[in-house]
Amino acid sequence: MASTEEIRSGLADIVNEVAGIPADDVQLDKSFTDDLDVDSLSMVEVVVAAEEKFGVKIPDDEVKNLKTVGDAVAYIENAQGS
Amino acid sequence: MGILEGKRILVAGVTLDTSIGFATAKVAQEQGATVLVSNFGRALGITRRIVKRLPTEPPVLDLDVTNADHLAGLAAAVRGHVDGLDGVVHSIAYGNPETILGGKFLDGPWDDVSYALHVSAYSLTSLATACLPLLGPGASIVGMTFDASVAWPGYDWMGVAKGALESCCRYLARDLGPKGIRCNLVSAGALNTLAAKAIPGFDRFEGEWGNRAPLGWDLNDLEPTARTVVALLSDFFPKTTGEIVHVDGGYHAMGA
Repeated sequence: MASTEEIRSGLADIVNEVAGIPADDVQLDKSFTDDLDVDSLSMVEVVVAAEEKFGVKIPDDEVKNLKTVGDAVAYIENAQGS
Repeated sequence: MGILEGKRILVAGVTLDTSIGFATAKVAQEQGATVLVSNFGRALGITRRIVKRLPTEPPVLDLDVTNADHLAGLAAAVRGHVDGLDGVVHSIAYGNPETILGGKFLDGPWDDVSYALHVSAYSLTSLATACLPLLGPGASIVGMTFDASVAWPGYDWMGVAKGALESCCRYLARDLGPKGIRCNLVSAGALNTLAAKAIPGFDRFEGEWGNRAPLGWDLNDLEPTARTVVALLSDFFPKTTGEIVHVDGGYHAMGA
């Protein structure tokens, strides 16, 4: 199991790789669409990559609830714990 | 021994593991096939990640079916991995959900409609033609339709595109039959794919499917559809072409 910061930083690397956004901008309070300009197609790729990296399953129906980086980190943290 | 043992299959149109193409690639591999998959543009990045979840990681080709150069180079790209093909799966469709789906039928602009027809219907013919140098007698082409004999909520111009696809299938059957190549479509019931979720209002009747289908229906189970596609790719439908096989739990045959 990874810490909150480890997950945030791992997710930031993915967002950087998929969407070209500087990893340092990917902070917990940032909205994927409004702040980081991650569109729906990039978001799908981020989710697929995050599933691989963190060994969790993020159902499609859940993705729309992941508005901010913090939402995603919390979801992954929970999913790893269960 | 699987029913696709020794066969080389191109599955065009794999995005997520909820794609019909993904489920087909998986069953095809389980049945002994060597599989190649394709996708295009930005979705290619998703495909390259998702194919790692298949039993064997297949080569991923960049194929935009509206790009003449991609089609012209397809045979060579395939030959980089296998020396021919025994089957081609067309699992490709696109219609702009903002302009031509979800109740936009009466006002759908031609540019968006023509692009939808190009990607979703014409491409069955152009893909078949591009693959022709790779195909021999006994080869099988299988596409995916959604019953185009009736109108559906929200489906609008994609329904028209599927009507055109069904006609393309019959003409391909006519023109490729003399070469011993079959072309058929699978008409699957409603499924929770990425493509279906993009259609506004499509979920209005999805829940009804299980009630009306005498065999029942699970919107999340792609395996019945994938297995049928694989059966059509196999040598077990040797004299079936120009056909539409329903994989819908029997929904299409019920009046209510």
